[in-house]
Amino acid sequence: MLIAAFIFPLWSIELAAPQYPEGLGFYIHIDKLSGFNENDLNTINGLNHYIGMQKIEPGSIAELEYMPVIVGTVMILGLIAFFIRKKAVRIIWLVLLAVVLAAGVADFYIWGYNYGHNLDPKAAIKVPGMTYQPPLIGSKKLLNIEALSLPHAGGIAPLLSLLLAGYSIFLMGKKEGTDEKVA
Amino acid sequence: MKNRSLFSTAAILFAVIITLGFISGCGNPDMGTGDAASRVYVAPGKYDKYYYFMSGGFSGQVTVYAIPSGRLIKTIPVFSQHPENGYGYNEETKSMLNTSHGFAPWDDAHHPEFSMTDGKPDGRWLFINGNNTPRIARISLTTFETEEILEIPNSAGNHASPFITENSEYIVAATRFSVPIPNKDVAINSYKNNFKGTVSFVKLDQESGKMSIGFQILVPGFNYDLAHAGKGPSHGWAFFTSYNSEQANSLLEVNASQKDKDFIAAVNWKLAEKYLKEGKAKKLNSTYYRNRMDESTRIAGSEQLNEVNVLDPRECPGLVYYMPTPKSPHGVDVDPSGEYIVGGGKLSTVIPVHSFTKMLDAIEKKKFDGEIEGIPVLSYDATIAGEVKDCGLGPLHTEFDGKGFAYTSAFVSSEVVKWKLGTWEVVDRIPVYYSIGHLSIPGGDSKEPWGEYVIALNKITKDRYLPTGPELCQSAQLIDISGDKMKILLDFPTMGEPHYAQGIAAEVIQKNSVKFFKIAENKHPYATKSEKDIKITRDGNNVHVYMTAIRSHFAPDNIEGVKIGDKVYFHVTNLEQDWDLPHGFAIKGQNTAELLIMPGETRTLTWEPKSEGIFPFYCTDFCSALHQEMQGYVRVSPAGSAGELVINK
Repeated sequence: MLIAAFIFPLWSIELAAPQYPEGLGFYIHIDKLSGFNENDLNTINGLNHYIGMQKIEPGSIAELEYMPVIVGTVMILGLIAFFIRKKAVRIIWLVLLAVVLAAGVADFYIWGYNYGHNLDPKAAIKVPGMTYQPPLIGSKKLLNIEALSLPHAGGIAPLLSLLLAGYSIFLMGKKEGTDEKVA
Repeated sequence: MKNRSLFSTAAILFAVIITLGFISGCGNPDMGTGDAASRVYVAPGKYDKYYYFMSGGFSGQVTVYAIPSGRLIKTIPVFSQHPENGYGYNEETKSMLNTSHGFAPWDDAHHPEFSMTDGKPDGRWLFINGNNTPRIARISLTTFETEEILEIPNSAGNHASPFITENSEYIVAATRFSVPIPNKDVAINSYKNNFKGTVSFVKLDQESGKMSIGFQILVPGFNYDLAHAGKGPSHGWAFFTSYNSEQANSLLEVNASQKDKDFIAAVNWKLAEKYLKEGKAKKLNSTYYRNRMDESTRIAGSEQLNEVNVLDPRECPGLVYYMPTPKSPHGVDVDPSGEYIVGGGKLSTVIPVHSFTKMLDAIEKKKFDGEIEGIPVLSYDATIAGEVKDCGLGPLHTEFDGKGFAYTSAFVSSEVVKWKLGTWEVVDRIPVYYSIGHLSIPGGDSKEPWGEYVIALNKITKDRYLPTGPELCQSAQLIDISGDKMKILLDFPTMGEPHYAQGIAAEVIQKNSVKFFKIAENKHPYATKSEKDIKITRDGNNVHVYMTAIRSHFAPDNIEGVKIGDKVYFHVTNLEQDWDLPHGFAIKGQNTAELLIMPGETRTLTWEPKSEGIFPFYCTDFCSALHQEMQGYVRVSPAGSAGELVINK
């Protein structure tokens, strides 16, 4: 299940504005960022410089390097946990996955917060009180642009695997209970 | 006395009746009705169905209209300099206008013609002729830019051009004015002895579209007027009209209108290829230019070529035949089946239609009426399939709807006449305003016309629009041909003279339209691909500024150390990688033109300051919210000043 996180984007951020009829936005993958269209990141950086936002440069986002390692490790541990058919092992893995996911979402939030608040004081366009933090989930109007942020397949899959792991533990618990009775 | 007054009363009555009849007969009930309005209304944000490429005539350019709305969507600079975007002025494009006569920054552009695959417009390129200084231009239909211009040697007035063969093997050219070949200093009245014509076959590289002169054929000194290549069964042949078979050299309006028949020349170009292979061609020294844009640098370069292969019909039997055609024929049009060759007998009272099958038969049975300089003249009766009578006055050009009907423009009687192929009956006619030259049906000279509309291209507008002083616009009129009766839908003014036009279904080219150039693929030698790489260098009096433009600033934007007597090259690279984001560049006192630089492209403007002081430069294409801030300064110091070149000190 977690393999999906490597194949599909985790999250998508869409920026809708009338003068971009062809669409504008980007996907957050586990190890990279990619525009909806070939040059969308460039275009977004170009737009953002007017309001003093920093450039989004995939090379300078450390998470894109260590996220694959962490998620990969969790995935391998998960496989091991699957073969060691012990409830305790699975619970430990479940907690680990939950922690990693929570940390990931928190990290994403913090990144978004910094990105939206850390503005160049010399920016050409300054709107009093305005910050440009993209929403974690859902849509938000940022000046002329409607930003829509949603988890993508690669982001939904770990949540599903979290649920499945929980369900398997629940089943295991039932099974052990019945086994005891039989014994 | 009594008799006489009765007679005159009758005559007046008769005249009144005729006049009334004429007025009611000429009524145009469909013009401007609500129905017509809805047929041409394209709602805001919606696309038209057809692209229409119109020649600009004396403007030298091509304009692109959207049909049915008649909206102008683009001007493509071709033969004329275009200060609006720097075409023909900037360092990258000025070579495009080089000729053996030097820099020729204008021409008279007549016939747009699409490249063809299997006899249908394929949307790769558009070709157009320069009539004055004989040239053919090739325009890319992905970028809508002129990519190549080839000069036609041994020609004077390239009118019968650039008509194309059904798989774009060749485009043709012919000399409208016969001249001595090679050109030389002779008495004009030695015309009959010294003047010759040529018809040329320009070979196209099938992948790149690059043009070269395949071969020329030396023909008698008539005026060669228009052409069309055969298709289907007649593929392998090309047909050229000629007039002035009288070989007059003065007052042609009278002296070239004496014979009741001139000729359509039928050229067997497949046989010409064979003769060429057999070495029958003579090399003729002829200087001509070819200007091409390099795809990776996007810089046009010129090359001078010095030789062409010339075939002489006297040494190449079967290469050319003349079909007598009344009278001073103008257009020659081949129907979608390839069987019928329609002559526009300009001064004739009928439209003569030749049959390709009958022509081959006449050749085989040698039904000749003499011979002119090695070219057999076929007997008129042996090739003619039919004559369209009551075809209007001054029939010029014919196009086809693919449903068995032909539409002919009649210049003198200002009308479009619809007639049926095979029966030669006129089935409908509609007045146009005024003096129609060419007409055009989308795909109307191809194997599979889209039909639907015919556009009348009118030379005169008089009272049709609000008056604008002595110089009035010329016009196009959109006529619905989807039903039995033609209906006029829309009038719209055109740029220059809409001499001829070709239309194509939008979907054929729309999807291939380039949005911007990829900066990574920019191979311009003076490209600056990042702001980190900006610099300024001096080479004697030449100063090179490696500049970038991105919303909303130039880098560098402060330049010092330029001196009077310097020639400053601003090499501006537009770093944008987004759709519809050109930047402009212009500097005070600029003696050539501004630049428009497309995203990812580099363009070079040269500037020779003549006085000291501070000179602002700025972006001329409203690019962004801070467009007005997109500016900079150049400091110009007296010649011999000590200052070094510096940027953003």
